[in-house]
Amino acid sequence: MTDFLQLLLSGMATGGIYAIAALGFTLLWQASGTINFAQGEFVMLPAFVMLAFITLGMPLLLAFGLTCFVAVVVLGYGFKRGIADPLLKFGMMPIVVATIGLAIAMRNGVRAGYSAEAHPFPSLFADKLFNVGGVTVTLSDVGTLAFALLLVLGTQAFLSKTVTGRAMQAVAQNTDSATVLGIDVPRMIFYTFAINALLACAAALLVTPTYLAKFDMGESLGNKAFFAAIIGGFNNSRGALLGGLIVGVAENLAAAYISPTYKDAVALVIFMLVILFKPQGLLGKKVERKV
Amino acid sequence: MQKTPFIATTLALVCASLAATAQAQNIKIAVLQELSGAGATAGTNAKNGVEMAVKEINAAGGILGKKIETLVNDTQSNPGVAKGLATKAVDDGVFAVIGPTFSGSVLVSMAETKRAETPNFTGAEAASITQQGNPYIFRTSFTQTNSMPKVARYIATNLKAKTVAVIFVNNDFGKGGRDAFNKAAEAAGVKVVADISTDSGQVDFSAPVLKAKQSNPDAVFVYTNEEESARALRELRKQGWSKPIVGETTLTGQKVIDLAGEAANGAIAHVGLTVDAPLPLMLKFKAKFFQDYKYISDHNGIKGYTAVYMLKAAIEKVGKLDRVAVAKALHGMTILAAKEPGVLMDVSIDANGDLDRESFIVEVKNGKQEVKETLPPLAKK
Repeated sequence: MTDFLQLLLSGMATGGIYAIAALGFTLLWQASGTINFAQGEFVMLPAFVMLAFITLGMPLLLAFGLTCFVAVVVLGYGFKRGIADPLLKFGMMPIVVATIGLAIAMRNGVRAGYSAEAHPFPSLFADKLFNVGGVTVTLSDVGTLAFALLLVLGTQAFLSKTVTGRAMQAVAQNTDSATVLGIDVPRMIFYTFAINALLACAAALLVTPTYLAKFDMGESLGNKAFFAAIIGGFNNSRGALLGGLIVGVAENLAAAYISPTYKDAVALVIFMLVILFKPQGLLGKKVERKV
Repeated sequence: MQKTPFIATTLALVCASLAATAQAQNIKIAVLQELSGAGATAGTNAKNGVEMAVKEINAAGGILGKKIETLVNDTQSNPGVAKGLATKAVDDGVFAVIGPTFSGSVLVSMAETKRAETPNFTGAEAASITQQGNPYIFRTSFTQTNSMPKVARYIATNLKAKTVAVIFVNNDFGKGGRDAFNKAAEAAGVKVVADISTDSGQVDFSAPVLKAKQSNPDAVFVYTNEEESARALRELRKQGWSKPIVGETTLTGQKVIDLAGEAANGAIAHVGLTVDAPLPLMLKFKAKFFQDYKYISDHNGIKGYTAVYMLKAAIEKVGKLDRVAVAKALHGMTILAAKEPGVLMDVSIDANGDLDRESFIVEVKNGKQEVKETLPPLAKK
């Protein structure tokens, strides 16, 4: 039983990180119909920017703050103006291909600039262990999970409780009506991209101490986040959290109780089952998209 | 007037033949190393080691009174280039070839040196290199097949462990090591109670470590690549592992120590060669290398350096510059450091070109490798 709890807890910590990345996916989709296959690389790049700031001698949190700013400019504004805006009018396929290309370019750019080796990354949480009823808990596991929950719930509260958040939702539901109501549609869409960039930075801060800063660290993360978003429901932000946790925990349990070889297949199997039986995702609602 | 061209020609001919004999006086060695690309660190170290040995030997009068001349070439870490350079080297009539260090490169380039019956030394570690019956290939380091028995023996006799859990990475490197280790462990009387496969690039090690703990072994053997080793060490620390953590070379490499931080302390590993070995000759080598190149050599520097001295010992044993005879003499030869200090440690070469010598157990203390024990050669009990 303690073993099970141990696995459950580390699975949830991993799942929390998947959830943050998955949340970015769903937000972009809801607000602008963009599917970003470079989501994993959007986490990898801030990790390296933070590393660069840290190398300059800054403390971790200051580096994180500056990285957030850089990310909003580059991954938020730059991504929207450079790739999403010009391509979205041609439909979804071009943007999917473009983000896949962007992912490859970012990976190899970092590899060329930073070498293919992994770099150590300082942890936000102290290296502390607790022993609760035979289960070893690290501060970083608990902290990661708490931070992830906070981010997901915070983002949700922002969307449903604030005027700006409601305006963003209105844009997502019906762009034309939103324009008629006097909402600045392009600005709202930019906010979504900016939030996505900030979430990526937060994910980078949480995930890099264990993943290690490496050019290909985003690859599996991006895939898992995509599965998590689909499993939870692509049009529901809370679904991203559920999907992320399911993937993280299921992976860990499968590795221990079935075989480590099937660890990566688990997410895929759940993904396929959900697509077959509940295509809108576990928490998703059926939405007739406007033509 | 008529005589001048004749005299000139004769002079030219004499000069030419003199030059040719001067050339013949030299022993040409081709150094094919990874001086650029992915293997640049390994190759540059090896090249520097070779050149240092050659300088020393030449200063001391050469081999059989003849000076050594090195022809250095860059394989660019590319097997195709390595093969081309090996062809060129044997066409130039070199006496021996040192390199390349990448297993993939040696596996294709050694066909050329075999064809030309030229002794070829390599620091590459893939087991298959010496299993093809090539009588001209010689190693300068251990392979998985002869380092694992040492690890197993250490676990059995020094750690007094009866059972061990094996965590390995599921790629060629990991599977090769795991197969060799499991066989060696059985031979040493250590029971493998858990055989745990992990993925290359795996991030979460909680499940493998938990499995290892459940099997309740006396020690755990971790054989994964650098990043995964660091993650495994962290997870072992996290789950409160208190028994010995043993590995082979990678586990206590500086890169792993940097990545794992605190959690690396206490990890034990077997290493074939280290400049920190507590041997006077090795310390002298380390100091001299640092003086010449302004940095501390890694194990590839030692491999390059000792390769030249192994060749020297073999040529002196044969007594003449005969490639085939030298290759034959190297098989089954034991070179004592007391007689030929350049080999740094007593070394025996077997019929396949593999070697056997002392090696070391290192432990990570305060983020640094420290030599804990010296292990005897395999052949010696």
